[in-house]
Amino acid sequence: MNSLIPLFVIIPLGCAFLMAMLGRFIKNINKFITPIFMLSLVYLTLYFMLSSEGTLIYKVGGFEPVNGIPIAIYMVMDGLTKLILLVISLVGFLAIFYSLSYTKQYTSERKFYVLFSLMIAGMNGIVISGDIFNIFVFLEIAALSSYTLVAFGVEKHQLEASFKYQVLGGMASLIILFSIALIYWNTGTLNIADISRQLTLNCSSPEGTSVFLKFISVLLIAGFGLKAAIFPFHTWLPDAHSSAPSPISAMLSGVLIKAVGIYVIIRLFFNMFPLSYELSMTITVLGTISMIIGGLLAIGQWDIKRMLAYSSISQMGYIVLGLGIGMLVLATGGNKAVAALSITGGLFHLLNHSIFKGLLFLSAGAVEYRTGTRDMRKMGGLSEVLPITSRTSLVGSLAISGIPPFNGFFSKLIIIIAAIQAQYYVLAFLAVLVSVITIAYFMKLQKYTFYNNDASKWKKKKIKEVPFSMAFSMIIMALLCIILSLLVIPDVREIFLKPAVDILINAADYSTNILGI
Amino acid sequence: MKGMTIIVKKISQIICPVIFMFGLYIILHGHLTPGGGFAGGVIMAGAFILQILANGNILPDLRKEEEGLEFMESAAILGFLILAGLGLLFSGGVVFFANFLDKGELGKLISGGFIPIENVVVGAEVCAAIATIFIAMVVYKDEEKK
Repeated sequence: MNSLIPLFVIIPLGCAFLMAMLGRFIKNINKFITPIFMLSLVYLTLYFMLSSEGTLIYKVGGFEPVNGIPIAIYMVMDGLTKLILLVISLVGFLAIFYSLSYTKQYTSERKFYVLFSLMIAGMNGIVISGDIFNIFVFLEIAALSSYTLVAFGVEKHQLEASFKYQVLGGMASLIILFSIALIYWNTGTLNIADISRQLTLNCSSPEGTSVFLKFISVLLIAGFGLKAAIFPFHTWLPDAHSSAPSPISAMLSGVLIKAVGIYVIIRLFFNMFPLSYELSMTITVLGTISMIIGGLLAIGQWDIKRMLAYSSISQMGYIVLGLGIGMLVLATGGNKAVAALSITGGLFHLLNHSIFKGLLFLSAGAVEYRTGTRDMRKMGGLSEVLPITSRTSLVGSLAISGIPPFNGFFSKLIIIIAAIQAQYYVLAFLAVLVSVITIAYFMKLQKYTFYNNDASKWKKKKIKEVPFSMAFSMIIMALLCIILSLLVIPDVREIFLKPAVDILINAADYSTNILGI
Repeated sequence: MKGMTIIVKKISQIICPVIFMFGLYIILHGHLTPGGGFAGGVIMAGAFILQILANGNILPDLRKEEEGLEFMESAAILGFLILAGLGLLFSGGVVFFANFLDKGELGKLISGGFIPIENVVVGAEVCAAIATIFIAMVVYKDEEKK
């Protein structure tokens, strides 16, 4: 069982280079094989999720630890890992299935699938790696392929967006590498579990965390915050996510900023660093501000994908808020049940957001695919000519605005209840307020895109519903928006969310579990 | 990009094979001496680049060259992955990257299990990648002029 862990990197990596080779000789082979590889990843994730419990460790090269010091590169599979892997493989599969029709407009389709598989390999690698330097290596794989994918259409605005993304992403990578170097200098190890142990041994001084540790933490928040597009670092996101091809926008907004940004932040700040009040407060405040700013900026947008991109910043704020309240409660020694509830809300919203934001981007892509414009002022009345897209987009909008019975309602509700129980009334109020703002701009999106006008203009142009593969992905995602709300039922939550929450609540157990000391 | 004078062409013709052989030497002795797949691959790519610089480029030929190099690059990475996967297979499904070949005698050319083979594959990959990048830049610049 343990030896199956590297498959999460081997399968997409092998797929990428196999496609690069075979695609030259056999036409359209990528279109058949890539979805099969992605489906096998979904199967593998579900297999791990349903069949195994506890933390699985894989040591690359088979080197056993000497005197309790880990030598090999560790790959760790625990509850949190499984949850994020599920998000990556599920959205990845649906996005690649959607691309089968969508990429027909590009000249070098073959390379699209190669880069897509590479991006999946990078993200899977980040998530299963238990070694901070390997996280950086896989982060670069994921980031480089995403820079290329953003510029895949090679139009002016796409190249500009990609360049902006590259500059800011490069700065983030530099900061991250610098902080990894500082960590290595101070602790002499790169294994996350071992670093955690060294830090708790070294930093048991009465003042708590040292200045050095605070400096590293701030660097890491800046670096991974840039990748996750949290408030002061969010400027690249609206350009990059709106210019990319739509399945890639869905991957970037739905998965990449979570796997590369949020996942690493929570993994490092819960499981590696000792929890401290100041840092928890910083993360929570940043999350709250990005929640509000993203929402306010989204209202004024007329570009449909740009609005969704700003909405991503806002929803990421919710996720960070949920996790941040959990951190605050844990750091101040509060009630663990409240912290667990808050973190459940955050992770649940992470899962939900990947689905409905993916769905909304795919729907926006379908509209763009058929009408050739992203400006909402030029649309209107599309619900008659694009019935499937219109319905799925409506489901996505309702879910993200938090209307019951869709999944977004439950995750937002859990976060708000947790904020009230933890006595952060202002945060709870702001979360409700931003939810109202969310409804406002999604009503605008629905009205101007699909209603508000008669369809005669479109019927004259003979616009038809999108092809099967695009419609299929959107329908599956719309169904998932309803199915995922079943996760509020405690028995279902036990399987999918509780293992992940346990890892974060019992933060100190992480290093003992892995090192076995 | 035009070619250079006959002197440069002739000299580069003479030294290119030597550079190429030196690259091969570095790759094959990767497990014994400093250097290895990466360094050797860069030197081998240097031989190609020198040829292109000296003789100038003829666009269609370079395009074909680039395609071949791209294929070689993908094949090399795939070979690396397959070797690592074979390790997983031969060690009974336990260790990815297991060294399943005979380790041999220390200091001999044929020793170190599958590390020399991995070095060859890495060398091919690096050589192909660097040459591809160079050719892509040349082709791009010439197309820009037109």
